[in-house]
Amino acid sequence: MRRALQIGIPVAVVVLLALVPKLSIDIPVVLNGPLDNPGTLQLLALCLLFAGVALTYDLLFGFTGLLSFGHALYVALGVYVTAIALTRWEWGLWPTLGLLVAVGIAVPLVLGAVSLRVGGIAFAMVTLAFAQAGTVLVQKNPYGWTGGEEGIGLNFDEIPDAFVGVLNTKNLYWLALGYAVLVFVVVRLAVGSSAGHVWRAVRENEPRVEVLGLNPYPFKLIAFVLASFLALLGGVVWLLLIGGATPEVTTANFTLALLVMVVLGGAGTRYGAMLGGFLYTLLDQRLGSLAGSSEVQDLPDVLRVPLSEPLFLLGALFVALVFFIPGGLASLPTRLRGLRAKREPLPEKAAA
Amino acid sequence: MSTFVLLTITGLGLGAMYFLVASGLSLIYGLMGVLNFAHGALITVGAYAAWWFGEQIGGGYGTRLLVGGALGMVAGAIVAALIELVFIRPLYRRPIEQVLVTVGLALAIGALVQGIWGHDPKPILLPDWMFDTTTILGANVPNDRFVEIGIAAAVLVGLVAFLRYTRFGLVIRAGVENRGMVTALGIDVRRAFTIVFALGGALAALAGVLSGVYFSSIDPARGTSLLIFAFIVVVIGGFGSIGGTAVAAVAVGLIQQYANYWASAGTGDLAVVLLLAAVLLVRPGGLAPKVAH
Repeated sequence: MRRALQIGIPVAVVVLLALVPKLSIDIPVVLNGPLDNPGTLQLLALCLLFAGVALTYDLLFGFTGLLSFGHALYVALGVYVTAIALTRWEWGLWPTLGLLVAVGIAVPLVLGAVSLRVGGIAFAMVTLAFAQAGTVLVQKNPYGWTGGEEGIGLNFDEIPDAFVGVLNTKNLYWLALGYAVLVFVVVRLAVGSSAGHVWRAVRENEPRVEVLGLNPYPFKLIAFVLASFLALLGGVVWLLLIGGATPEVTTANFTLALLVMVVLGGAGTRYGAMLGGFLYTLLDQRLGSLAGSSEVQDLPDVLRVPLSEPLFLLGALFVALVFFIPGGLASLPTRLRGLRAKREPLPEKAAA
Repeated sequence: MSTFVLLTITGLGLGAMYFLVASGLSLIYGLMGVLNFAHGALITVGAYAAWWFGEQIGGGYGTRLLVGGALGMVAGAIVAALIELVFIRPLYRRPIEQVLVTVGLALAIGALVQGIWGHDPKPILLPDWMFDTTTILGANVPNDRFVEIGIAAAVLVGLVAFLRYTRFGLVIRAGVENRGMVTALGIDVRRAFTIVFALGGALAALAGVLSGVYFSSIDPARGTSLLIFAFIVVVIGGFGSIGGTAVAAVAVGLIQQYANYWASAGTGDLAVVLLLAAVLLVRPGGLAPKVAH
């Protein structure tokens, strides 16, 4: 029964999500239009995409205990390698995908091998530095490839027709859903494997893993490469959704957003991280339009200024979350159960 | 030759700012084990407070800069002390949560400053003599570079003296080496935490003001970009070491300038990251061992 539920619930959720483009239901406040409207579908696709990307980050941070501040680099790598190969070099689809796979394994392997030489906070800073190098490289615009501040508009000639045009937004939505499902399945299999057990052991107590005779380094490197590769695929989906590469994906704030998503949902849990990614993206987009609304614009400055900065609200929400719900949203059911359990024995005592 | 001199002095000016940011970060990390992501926000707060006070005061550009800069440092110290007391202290012994809170604060404070004063850079008005140049070995060096280098050198001497000759300095140095032992001896290290945080905040704010002098403007994104290089400086210099931080800051500033000039713009930033990778491969603990002196 338990096993059936474990498989049944995710399948039901995926089926429900897959049906979304066929429904024309209005969800007021949360969404701007009916579900089958291309604008809404694109927003939901972005939410699903970030549910997946957040889970790749959770593989590093939540499951293996590696606090990386450079995960944005790999998303950006997927975005820029695809855009450069298709638009600047005018490669075909298959050679581009081949290049992506090669880059997606080689770059994290090299950078991971260097940065994993240090642990803890130093690792965080080194990954941050590598990501910064990526930002600089994009800004520097070598050979006119990256387009600097302007970014690159995607050349759609080689992209399958199903993913081109506003009318096909529903296909992009399914692509994003497929990506989220892929990441979920891969992470589930990986965490359940014997390497996955070592990852969690490393997170809990790395010296102990060493004492038991295992070298944590290769295991951490595998987690790093796997998470980075999946993030790179997310970058490709992002590129198709947005229709171009922009330098915003290379910034440190992008990685910080991933961190916020994972902590929001609950680090070290699959559903939590995905929920966090979904909700964060939805909030980020919707708070932006809230800021532009007349209700907020008419408020006095003291309220208007903070309310019109989505990042301020998200930052403040994040701080509150770390203080009051350290386990993230995923820990809420357990917490509520704990509260009820604590409250229940009380009347008995009073009666006695 | 004159180009080399100019690049060297400009690089030192840049290194001076990195040092001011990194020394606070390094002491905070060395003593408390907290990676303070909100340090970039403190840079921004200091720079904008200095600019705002300067506007309120009016008067000559020199006075505005001096008084505004001093008040900016006070603002930085107060905000930093508040962060420590309100947000960091309750999460004592939960290092990851502490980092996460500073990340949230960095996002929120940065967005708030941007919301109040906008995205666009604000010009910093400087007295004329700062734009004049002094000729050294055939190079015409803008005078503001000497201000930056002089202030950072004074801070370095002051910090070393503070750490070496005062009682608080002794507590801080001892705390960096072995926090548990200091507590066991009956000394309240937590007071030192607040002081180190406030000190770091004041230095970050000073760096913000000096970055306004260096670039003749301030903008909300400056804090983050300075912070990233300050992180690199801290890792290269070794956590908790003021001397190591100073050496690393100068090295990073110089390499950045030389590479940007002789290779191409932007190469300097990449060269610094390569330097970081090289140092980590050779000495994973940074240049200096973990001792504050």
